Amino acid sequence: MSLHDLEKLFQEKIDKEIKIEPKDWMPDAYRKTNLRQISQHAHSEIVGMLPEGNWISRAPSLKRKAILIAKVQDEAGHGLYLYSAAETLGTSREQMIDDLHSGKAKYSSIFNYPTLTWADMGAVGWLVDGAAILNQVMLCRTSYGPYARAMVRICKEESFHQRQGFETLLVLSKGTDEQKAMCQDAINRWWWPSLMMFGPKDSESTNSDQSIKWKIKRKTNDELRQQFVDMIVEQVKLLGMTLPDPELKWNEDRKHYDFGEINWDEFWNVVKGNGPCNKQRLEARKKAHEEGEWVRAAALAFAEKRKNKLNTKAA
Amino acid sequence: MMNIQIKKFYYGDIPDSSPSSSNDVRSTENPWPLWEIFIRSKQGLDHKHAGSLHAADAQMAIENARDVYTRRQEGLSIWAVESKFIHASNPDDAEMFYEPSTDKVYRHPTFYDLPDEVKHM
Ligand SMILES: [Fe+2]
Ligand SMILES: [Fe+2]
Repeated sequence: MSLHDLEKLFQEKIDKEIKIEPKDWMPDAYRKTNLRQISQHAHSEIVGMLPEGNWISRAPSLKRKAILIAKVQDEAGHGLYLYSAAETLGTSREQMIDDLHSGKAKYSSIFNYPTLTWADMGAVGWLVDGAAILNQVMLCRTSYGPYARAMVRICKEESFHQRQGFETLLVLSKGTDEQKAMCQDAINRWWWPSLMMFGPKDSESTNSDQSIKWKIKRKTNDELRQQFVDMIVEQVKLLGMTLPDPELKWNEDRKHYDFGEINWDEFWNVVKGNGPCNKQRLEARKKAHEEGEWVRAAALAFAEKRKNKLNTKAA
Repeated sequence: MMNIQIKKFYYGDIPDSSPSSSNDVRSTENPWPLWEIFIRSKQGLDHKHAGSLHAADAQMAIENARDVYTRRQEGLSIWAVESKFIHASNPDDAEMFYEPSTDKVYRHPTFYDLPDEVKHM
């Protein structure tokens, strides 16, 4: 079959909503795009453990600490599901980790912001996980089978993340004046970076979008961002707090909320590595990896020893 | 006026940049093998493929699978199979493999026309 025929057949499958599985023929660019996106997503889950890990030892109660540990543990699991999905495309775990540590592979910029107060745990769960969930719900229907299956599992676990975040803020919003101020401050700091999570505006590109055609993505950045704004504007009212955007306004014609312009200079700056915590995050990951090396080697040596023992017993 | 095109990327799809050579680490480690994990979610049901993970040996694969895939009572029993021992049919052969059964309609109960009076069949 010619390459042209294979590509045609491939697109027909996509159009018919038939999932692509690891051993199926796929265009090189489809493989590469998925690989980049899935590994980036995996890295985001893993690096995403750091800002919240920062508060595990300082959670205000044992209950909050247990919840936070459970959430961070979930994120580790998400990273693993996604690394596994990426491996089905022909890369290795080591390669992906090397690419993260060398700065070649990216992760979501949101995790380059610091978590300064306990209220940030609430804001991260509510806004950051909330934004991620919109993207992930869409990805449950992505065309690459292993990615879609990982997303279904992840989405089941994510809903508690967002709920616990909102609840954390809800408690603060009913607390002392200081707690209320802390709650509002966290929302103020996380609102704009959360909007940036959806990426640049659709209008900034005239490229016809291959990801949509291949059904890797099914919604554009602006569509997802609007969905997020509409959702959060309603929820923030229940907290009795405000969002730091004077231009937020219901638009009766569009049936959506209008909102102000994102600071795109800040966005690109963080993507390029100059956010408040980029360096710190990568260093933490590298350190963890290096310091874990002897553990991984020891586990292999132990497995070898156990195998030999079994063999001598059997002989 | 110059037509400026900014490359768009989606959330979770930022283009890779070239590695900065200064901190370019290449691991030389011996990686743990890959395992496929199958989980029985309920007594009476089949084990179903849940995903995969790396582990040094079978025992560790099962322990890790418990932590990763059954944090919310998703399973009662775990099978771990080292991925290299799984043999798969070739997707290119799918037609030749599975097509012949489509013309054997007599394999399905609906093929048989029986009078309405026949009950319980
Ligand atoms: Fe996650
Ligand atoms: Fe999460």
